[in-house]
Amino acid sequence: MTTTVHYTDAEGTVREIEGRPGDSVMETAVRNGVPGIVAECGGSLSCATCHVFVREDCLDKLPPMEPMEDEMLYGTAVDREENSRLSCQLKLTDGMDLYVTTPETQV
Amino acid sequence: MAASTSQPTGLLIIGASQSGVQLAVSLRALGFEEPITLLGEENHRPYQRPALSKEWLQGEVGNESLIFRSNEYWAEHHVTLVKGERILRIANNRDGSGVAVAESGAEFPFKRLALTVGARARKLAVDGADLTGVVYLRNADDALALKALVGDATDVVVIGGGFIGLEAASSLKKMGKNVVVLEHGPRLVGRAVGEETADYFLEAHRARGLDIRLDARISRFIPESTPDGGKAVAAVELAAGEVLPAQIVLVGIGVIPNTELAEQMGLAVDNGIVVDAHALASDGSTVAVGDCANMPNPVPGSPAGERIRLESVNNAIEHAKVAAYSLMGRREEYAGIPWFWSNQADLKLQIAGLSMGFDQTVVRRDDERGKFSVLYYRGGRIIAADCVNAPLDFMAVKNALAKGQNIPADAAGDPTVQLKSLAG
Repeated sequence: MTTTVHYTDAEGTVREIEGRPGDSVMETAVRNGVPGIVAECGGSLSCATCHVFVREDCLDKLPPMEPMEDEMLYGTAVDREENSRLSCQLKLTDGMDLYVTTPETQV
Repeated sequence: MAASTSQPTGLLIIGASQSGVQLAVSLRALGFEEPITLLGEENHRPYQRPALSKEWLQGEVGNESLIFRSNEYWAEHHVTLVKGERILRIANNRDGSGVAVAESGAEFPFKRLALTVGARARKLAVDGADLTGVVYLRNADDALALKALVGDATDVVVIGGGFIGLEAASSLKKMGKNVVVLEHGPRLVGRAVGEETADYFLEAHRARGLDIRLDARISRFIPESTPDGGKAVAAVELAAGEVLPAQIVLVGIGVIPNTELAEQMGLAVDNGIVVDAHALASDGSTVAVGDCANMPNPVPGSPAGERIRLESVNNAIEHAKVAAYSLMGRREEYAGIPWFWSNQADLKLQIAGLSMGFDQTVVRRDDERGKFSVLYYRGGRIIAADCVNAPLDFMAVKNALAKGQNIPADAAGDPTVQLKSLAG
């Protein structure tokens, strides 16, 4: 099954990237040069620069938030919303079809 | 040797780690159209180093997760990757062009040069330091060598109680090894954090069962013969006489900036390659970026003329962006507040700002929730914070520094008060 992440940037440009199960939404973006996700710390939950807004109907496909991610989200460059996640914590599963929007800035 | 007389084109980036990769990426994002060659001496695709002592060592992430960019990305952005070439000589012309010559004999002509050559592990001078089983942890080959030894080892001695030593010690302990950390100095992480943070880490690691010895003096590494006729380390003998069994000795005692190429080119060098606020070296053309570069302190409001060499991912990225603008003929300021992180067992340290020159500290400690922060002040203004498992404190200080705000010291010590609410 194809695993796809649809990244929409703050201007509305959409990039569809085929991902690999087990990779995170952040890794998939960075490796393929999707702008809008910085991920300075490489996924160790230290920098809060991989903030994404997850389309509401995709939220329940994702693992629940750990307390550390929750706290880090209070420090993002663009304020968090109900559907905010750090994309380094979002692991793709086989066949997942995920829609996320990146904020205007990460730093 | 004589420099090339033909008209060279393009940018040669020597060093394909964090800063070299960011420089190439930023240049293409800014519309740099000339050829870019990103050259590294390791036989690996450009990869991220931080996880080598943590998630990768513990087997939580695989090799592929460490790769910066897909091959397709580099091809689409017309960046030529060169692996496994070690540059030995650079013949440079007055206009900044020249030729870099590799150990293999291969020549790489350039119009502009970027030195993102990083730093190398400082070697330990102890009797037995060349034995099998004595390893360092700076790059992927070091990490692969360590991982190859881990399976058969039961006892590890880590030399150096800095970030690398404590991260690796925590990882190896989690993997079931008996680990002893030997620190030469009177406290942990001597260079990077203040005394309160160092004391907290000592207490926290010891509470988690890690054996840490401060003021440790090593007399020698004791060898044993291996079945293949070689010599491997078997134990570490301390000056006080104690013998610690060790099939692995991991040395993490700091790094030395790689300045040899710059020196050979006649560039100014002083604890790193001396650069101006726009990452330009003393020839006015070559850029030097990241761990290898000695730059003006980039924090707004820092004392004039103060210089610093930072070893961090964040600096590699931000400094590379400054250098990319320079190569485009633009003069942009270093953006953002320097920050650092280190994950050791369940201790998540985040540092915002640079604490050098502080004259006051405020400790925020909440043992019930396992949170600990130290705020650093100079002349009544906040300049930095060390935060352990306290991301809200880290974010509040980082954001306040970025906005030029203060967090008054007299109110900051109460851990039930959010720092964000005090900033202004």
